[in-house]
Amino acid sequence: MLLSVENLSVSYDNIRALHGIDFQIDDGEIVCIIGANGAGKSTTLRAISRLVPVEKGTKMTFMGNDLLQYPADKVVSKFGISHVPEGRRLFGNLTIMENLRLATFARKDREKIEEDLERVFDIFPRLSERKTQSSGTLSGGEQQMLAIGRAFMSGRKIMLLDEPSMGLAPLLMMNVFDALKQLNKEGTTILLVEQNARMALQFAQRGYVLENGNLVLQGISEELLANPEVKQAYLGG
Amino acid sequence: MTFFFQNLINALQWGSFYALIALGYSMVYGILMLFNFAHGDIFMVGAYIGFGVATGVTALASFGAIVLPKWLILVLTIIISMFLTSFVGMLVERLGYRPLREAPRASAAITGLMIGIILETGNLALLGAQRVRFPTLIKSETYNISGVFVTNKKIMIVVVSLMLMLALHQFVRRTKWGMAMRAMAFDFVVVPLMGVPINTIAAMTFAIGSALAAAAGILFGVAYPVLDPYMGIVFGWKAFVAAILGGRGSILGATLAGFLLGFLEIFVAMIFPSTLRDLIAYSIILLILTFRPHGFFGEPYSARLRL
Repeated sequence: MLLSVENLSVSYDNIRALHGIDFQIDDGEIVCIIGANGAGKSTTLRAISRLVPVEKGTKMTFMGNDLLQYPADKVVSKFGISHVPEGRRLFGNLTIMENLRLATFARKDREKIEEDLERVFDIFPRLSERKTQSSGTLSGGEQQMLAIGRAFMSGRKIMLLDEPSMGLAPLLMMNVFDALKQLNKEGTTILLVEQNARMALQFAQRGYVLENGNLVLQGISEELLANPEVKQAYLGG
Repeated sequence: MTFFFQNLINALQWGSFYALIALGYSMVYGILMLFNFAHGDIFMVGAYIGFGVATGVTALASFGAIVLPKWLILVLTIIISMFLTSFVGMLVERLGYRPLREAPRASAAITGLMIGIILETGNLALLGAQRVRFPTLIKSETYNISGVFVTNKKIMIVVVSLMLMLALHQFVRRTKWGMAMRAMAFDFVVVPLMGVPINTIAAMTFAIGSALAAAAGILFGVAYPVLDPYMGIVFGWKAFVAAILGGRGSILGATLAGFLLGFLEIFVAMIFPSTLRDLIAYSIILLILTFRPHGFFGEPYSARLRL
């Protein structure tokens, strides 16, 4: 087991966003969490990244290590847990190259970094044409590519993706998901959260359904796609 | 015309002091959205540390323990004092501001003012109320360049300041730490997701800002060798104005605004009675800010501070 989350509870200003959820992810899997807006999907990812504090009783382990012992930057640099945040959150005042380089801040393996940069430009050739441009000038799809490339550079044992399809035209969305599939084949485990449930379940092998801070359903993607409740609530009937 | 150039030299010197201090204000504001109101007093502490180091090294040299030319003593004083003062800055960040990272900004502002008072009165308690004299490290020489009188001190002050500003610029542009600072100024919250330890970057920013303030303090001591514990207050406020005028987190902005303040003060005093100097100079600044509320290079706040 790669990532194990037990009894994860998070509150914002005394309002509970997650009510003690449990889930596990194995090495090499593609797993999705689907749910409506406000169900707690982003909060789940932020808790794993240690961006938000969790409540007492929460247990999170990654390859046997207690994640709660580490601050957010160590979760990335020590364990290779990368996170593509909601809305991409690129550094618009940095160039594309700088955005990628910043993600290697804590890495010491210089030669591997150069190789990895090549790899990113390989997967997303559109970025390589514009290395020295400010990332603020990119289109939505290119921004998503850079956000994924940046996560790839920071560490790639597991990639947490928050709504990667958001705001993308169908063709670009396919491009992005193809690239993710490729990264998965090369060994990166993927956990993505999506409002676009159909897309997410077609892409992932397994899924969880999050409702009001509780995981209410889980199963392999085919089952969930066929489940009448899921169909009714998330796939438009 | 010679009159103009004469004043230009003076304006450059004062602008150097303001700009060096403003940089520290601006960088901290840029990455932490925090005004470090103790920064003027860190300039004062830097000047005193410089005084201590210069006096110490001079004493050692006079005993014959080490043989050093005076200019080298000055260089050593600047380097050692910048180094030592950077720890004062890091201490202020660690004890004063870090616990308040999530607190309302007003709490941090009040804390800054309190730290300032602690530094002033702490100095008073330590060294007493009398002013101290900064040792003479450079023998003053005056050159007459076609009617304009320039002292070697003024040239040295402006040149050293410009070198420090250039070094800072290169650091922020070219190193990964500088890159992390720029990223933090844009979007504080997601920087840890890049594997960047933000506390280290915050401490480093305070260290750099404080070191620059210390350099300003020593250069000031070279030009005006009398130090007192409250010397940082007015400098602090004026550098704060320069930081705002330059635009949030902008190094170029803080530098230019610092020099602009120097120019305005000197040239206003050239035309009007000197008692009206600050009134008129800062009215002009207020007018500029009315039309450019984000300063020269500041942007309307775009980055998100929350998840």
